[in-house]
Amino acid sequence: MICQECGIRKATVHFTKIINGEKTEYHLCEVCAQGKSDTFINTFHSPNLSLNNLLAGFFNVEPKYPEPFETRQMTRCANCGMTFEQFLEVGKFGCAHCYDAFHEKLTPVLKRIQGGNWKHNGKIPRRTGGALQLRKKIDILKETLQNLVAKEEFEKAAEVRDEIRMYEKILQEGGDADVH
Amino acid sequence: MSIDEFLNRSGCSWINADGPQSDIVLTSRIRLARNLKDHLYPILFSDEEAQAVLTKVEQVVANPSPGSPLQGMEMVRMSALEPLQKQVLVEKHLISPNLAEESPHGACLISENEEISIMINEEDHIRIQCITSGLQLEKALEKAFLVDDELEKHLDYAFHEVRGYLTSCPTNVGTGLRASVMMHLPGLVMTRQMNQILPSLNQLGITVRGIYGEGSEAIGNIFQISNQITLGKSEEDIVRDLTTIVEQIIEQERSAREQIKKTAGVQLEDRIFRSLGVLLHSRIIESKEAAQCISDVRLGIDLGFISEISPAILNELLILTQPGIIQQHAGKTLSPFERDVRRATLIRERIRM
Repeated sequence: MICQECGIRKATVHFTKIINGEKTEYHLCEVCAQGKSDTFINTFHSPNLSLNNLLAGFFNVEPKYPEPFETRQMTRCANCGMTFEQFLEVGKFGCAHCYDAFHEKLTPVLKRIQGGNWKHNGKIPRRTGGALQLRKKIDILKETLQNLVAKEEFEKAAEVRDEIRMYEKILQEGGDADVH
Repeated sequence: MSIDEFLNRSGCSWINADGPQSDIVLTSRIRLARNLKDHLYPILFSDEEAQAVLTKVEQVVANPSPGSPLQGMEMVRMSALEPLQKQVLVEKHLISPNLAEESPHGACLISENEEISIMINEEDHIRIQCITSGLQLEKALEKAFLVDDELEKHLDYAFHEVRGYLTSCPTNVGTGLRASVMMHLPGLVMTRQMNQILPSLNQLGITVRGIYGEGSEAIGNIFQISNQITLGKSEEDIVRDLTTIVEQIIEQERSAREQIKKTAGVQLEDRIFRSLGVLLHSRIIESKEAAQCISDVRLGIDLGFISEISPAILNELLILTQPGIIQQHAGKTLSPFERDVRRATLIRERIRM
C-alpha cells in the first residue's frame, strides 16, 4: 500500500481514529506519520514519550455535558487526598482507596486501557478473598439451578439448592470454606 | 577468576539454554504486581511508611514456612548497594532500572538460582518475578503463584471484587500480570517481516520491545513480547494466549530461516563466518557490534553451519558482554574504551572453549 499523504513511499503506519463513532483510517509512511502533528502517531517517535502522557491522552475525551465545576472539585480520595485530576496528570493512583473514590469515572478509563475490559476475572487472594470465592461459587450454582429447573430436572435441582444453602450459611457465619 | 567459574557463580538458571524451544526463545518471564491494603502507594508514601512496608515484607521472609519458595531469600536494600552492583542486577533482568535508580526505599529479594526475584517499593509495593529458560510461561506462572500465596498468607493485599489486584498504575490492574518472552528472531529481521508482524501483534493486545524494556531498539535481533491487557482475563488465559502467539512467531521465524538458507545460502554463510571471525579475533568491540555478531553466530549454530560451539553461547555472551557485568568481572570501574577491550578479550576466551 502506498502512503496516502505523499503518494510515493510505502505505507507502514496504519491506524484508525474513532471520534464520536466516526471512523477515519490512515495509511502513512514513516516520514509522513512523523510529520503529522494533529494525531497522536507523532508520539511514536518522541523520545520523551512517557506512559503518563499516553494515559493522559486516553482520559482526554471531552464529556458530552461538562460537569459543573463544584462536582469536579469533589472527586478526591478521602484516604490519600489525591484528586481525580491529579490522577489523570500522573497516571498513577495514590492508594488502594482511590479505586473506590474514582469508581464511577474509572470504568470508561479502564475499558479504554484494557481493551474493553473492566471486571477482574482472575486470581482471588486465598486468605482475604474467602468470602468472595464463596459468593462466586454461589453465583455459578444459582445459574446451574436455573438451568436445571428449566430442564425440569427437579431432583438434581434440589441437590444444588441444598448446596447453595450450605454455602450461604457459611457465608453468613463469616466462614471461609475451601471451595476449590 | 575463570569465566567458567564466574558464569557459574553468576547464578542465572536460564544461561544453559535448556528449556523448550530454546533455539528461539531465551526466557519466559512472569511478573505479578501487588500492593498492601493499608499503605499509601510508592508515589505518595512517606519515608516512615516505606520503611513500614519493608519491615512487613521482611518479617514474612525472615520466617518462611517449611518448603516455602521464600526459603533462603534475603532482603537487600537498594541503599546498601554500590551503583555497579545495582547495574549488574538490572543487566541480569533481576531488578528494573526504575528500582535501581529511582526508588530510594527500594529493596529486592533474589533466590539462589536467580529464578525468582521480588522487588519491594518500586512502582508497586511488591513485584514478584519468575524467569524460566525457553518457552514455559505456565511453569513460571505456577512458581510466581507459589510465592504470591506464601506472601498473601501474612500480608493484606489491596484487592477489589470488581477491579482485582489494585495496582499503582491502571495499566496493570486486575491480575497485575505481565508475561513476557524473550525471543531471538534474526530470520524475521533479515527477511524484513518484523515490521509487518508488529502492527498485527499490537492489535492482539501484545507489546513488542527491544531487549532492555520500554523504548529501546532491538539489539542483536532480540525482542521481548508481552501481554498488554491485565484486566478481564484470567492469568491462565493471558499466559495461554501469549504462548499461542509466541508459537506462531516461532513457526514464522523457522520458515524465514529456511527461506534465507535456500535463497541466500552463500551470502548467509559468509555473514555468519565473518561475524565468527570478528568475535574470535577482535581486540576492541562495542556492545552493539558484539550483539549483532553473537546473533549471527547463534543463527549459524542453529542452521548447522557451526558445530563446535555450544548453542548456550548466545545466552552466556548476552550476559557477559554487558557493561556492568564486564566491570564486575574486572573487579573495578572501567572507562568505555577499557570495557570494549575487556569485552573483546572475554568473548575470545569464551568462544575458543
